[in-house]
Amino acid sequence: MDAIFLQILNGLDKGGAYALIALGLTLVFGTLGVVNFAHGAIFMVGAFCAVTMEKILTISAKVKDPSVTFFDAYKETPYLELWFGKTGSAIIDWVVPISIIVSIPVMLGLGILMERTLIRYFYKRSHAEQILVTFGLAIVLQELVKTFFGANPIPISAPDIVAGSAAIGSWIGLSDAVVYPWWRLIYLLFSVVIISGVFSFLNFTTYGMVVRAGMADRETVELLGIDIERRFTIVFGLAAVVAGLAGVMYTPILPPDYHQGMDFLVLSFVVVVVGGMGSLRGAVAAGFLLGILQSFSSMTEVKSIIPGIDQIIIYLVAVIILLTRPRGLMGRRGVMEN
Amino acid sequence: MSNTQIATPRQELLYMVVLSAVVLTMPLWLQPFGAAYPDLMQKFMIFGIFAIGYNILFGLTGYLSFGHAAFLGVGSYTAVWSFKLLSMNVVPAIIFATLLAGLFAWLIGFVSLRRSGIYFSILTLAFAQMSYNLAYSVLTPITNGETGLQLNQADPRVIDRMAGIEATSGLPNTNLFGLEGTGYTGFYICAIILIVAFFISMRIFHSPFGMKLRAIKSNQTRMSYTGYNTRPYLLTAFIISGMYAGLAGSLLAMTDPLAGAERMQWTASGEVVLMTIFGGAGTLIGPLLGTGIIKYLENIFSAFNDSVLHNMFSFLPDWLNDILTAIISPFVGEGWQLLLGIVFMLIVIFLPGGLMEGYGKISRMIRDRRQKPADDGSSDTQHSTGEV
Repeated sequence: MDAIFLQILNGLDKGGAYALIALGLTLVFGTLGVVNFAHGAIFMVGAFCAVTMEKILTISAKVKDPSVTFFDAYKETPYLELWFGKTGSAIIDWVVPISIIVSIPVMLGLGILMERTLIRYFYKRSHAEQILVTFGLAIVLQELVKTFFGANPIPISAPDIVAGSAAIGSWIGLSDAVVYPWWRLIYLLFSVVIISGVFSFLNFTTYGMVVRAGMADRETVELLGIDIERRFTIVFGLAAVVAGLAGVMYTPILPPDYHQGMDFLVLSFVVVVVGGMGSLRGAVAAGFLLGILQSFSSMTEVKSIIPGIDQIIIYLVAVIILLTRPRGLMGRRGVMEN
Repeated sequence: MSNTQIATPRQELLYMVVLSAVVLTMPLWLQPFGAAYPDLMQKFMIFGIFAIGYNILFGLTGYLSFGHAAFLGVGSYTAVWSFKLLSMNVVPAIIFATLLAGLFAWLIGFVSLRRSGIYFSILTLAFAQMSYNLAYSVLTPITNGETGLQLNQADPRVIDRMAGIEATSGLPNTNLFGLEGTGYTGFYICAIILIVAFFISMRIFHSPFGMKLRAIKSNQTRMSYTGYNTRPYLLTAFIISGMYAGLAGSLLAMTDPLAGAERMQWTASGEVVLMTIFGGAGTLIGPLLGTGIIKYLENIFSAFNDSVLHNMFSFLPDWLNDILTAIISPFVGEGWQLLLGIVFMLIVIFLPGGLMEGYGKISRMIRDRRQKPADDGSSDTQHSTGEV
């Protein structure tokens, strides 16, 4: 029971990341009709926003170490600590939450820039060409990151206050031995908040209503005198923000490296396909579902029955879904069925 | 569209003669480019075969597969196993690798080809990723996981032992009935296989079968209405291109008997897509051209570093030298992939037909300019009608 509970949490956690990336992919596909292979790279750029923030906050000066008396020793101390003392180190400690705030405008800008300078010229071209050009863009983005930050993963830590584990078992009446890292709980909560944020934006605001109308019938919306293209650009920026935030929040869980985006991209594409191309709810549901499936299949009990299942379960599910129900779990009838 | 569709036997012969001459004299004419060493030329040949095969699928039918590296990997593993178990002779290795890759392609193609468009791409991607993950984890007894599959002096090599060939000291070399599979002889083996592979691909391009594949690309629904069941044709094309990939994989194992799972990763599939598109998908020569140029540039640019750049610009004033070096250095050496990505994007944006399309455009432009003085004025209208 304990193990199952933990695996569900694990799965929801992983699924949160998948769902956030898949949500952006689906949004872009549903509005602009573009298959964006660079979306994983955007996730990665988000993660490196946090890395950059950390680098900026810890710009250091060499200060004489007073504790060493018999020779001159110097140690690196961040300026923030020199200027603000305890407050300064607290700021450095909270680098991930700070980067979240910073990354929103950055990612929005990046997304809009991408859409205006490149993606919009590919609306009318074939999906294959869209895949190819965004694949090239993904290579460029990740190589740029590699040039600036090197090829090794860069660890970023969560604020100290949430560094430990939560005794989650005792909250819900399971044994006290069931503990779960705080940050992962926060990540889960965060992904739920972001997802519901996106959904309420689309469902409860006039702006979102127009966007949905545009997804359903672009031409009619344009005939009504609405500049739908501008709104779709904003939606692309929004998708970039969602992916970027997912990346920022993921840094304490997995130290980011330059090809992290590619790894997530393949999985989140599978998620989109399973959920149904163009279905937002499908993408989210499939994200969590596949996350849970994956974490269950990596239990040793399961692995001893079918070895290696944890490595392929997601792809296997995708293959089965595509062959039996091509429009995906929640895809609309007739949308991209063949 | 292109004149490759109708070709007389004489034209084909001409193609073959020219190509063979160009390929076989490579060690001579690559000398001034500094690329005439066997390792690099083998790479040209092997990836050329890979790209030719990929082109049969993508170039003719337009089905964008992101999983062909899996077949390359299967070919490599099979070849190394054949070296280990049977013989260091490359003939059984090549045959088994090609057949097994074909079988693999049949399985994957049978499932993936039920869908088209981006679903097909994602399905092939999923299968390739599955094979990659399995090769790293559960299949370690077969693939030797992260270390990669290597030869061992104590391997059985049944046929070799029967023939009385024992490994003397160190690891045995791959061979083709005594010809070594590495160095210049290795290059010539690859070159001859490439010529044969190109011939087969050319025959496919000009055959009724190739015509049907093209018809599938231009309009699959119309094909079905005409009464063709398109799937068998697609599956055949998929299997053929998978076998080409397996062949290339086995040749990779011949020149360097070591097979690793990273050859199966989807970025490796991306590489062959890149090479094919770069040269021109759907043309005969394009993929070879793309492979040659990309592999050559990779070799040149990844060897650059700051000091080489400094030397190159040493004729300039110091400050300009420093600036230029600073600008260029992110794009060479380790950053060569960045340059490749940018060039690839430019190609897809401005020249979706690859270098071959660029060549066609330029030659048309030159022809236009030549004609203009001859019949000035009227040629414009002629051409605008001719284009349509």
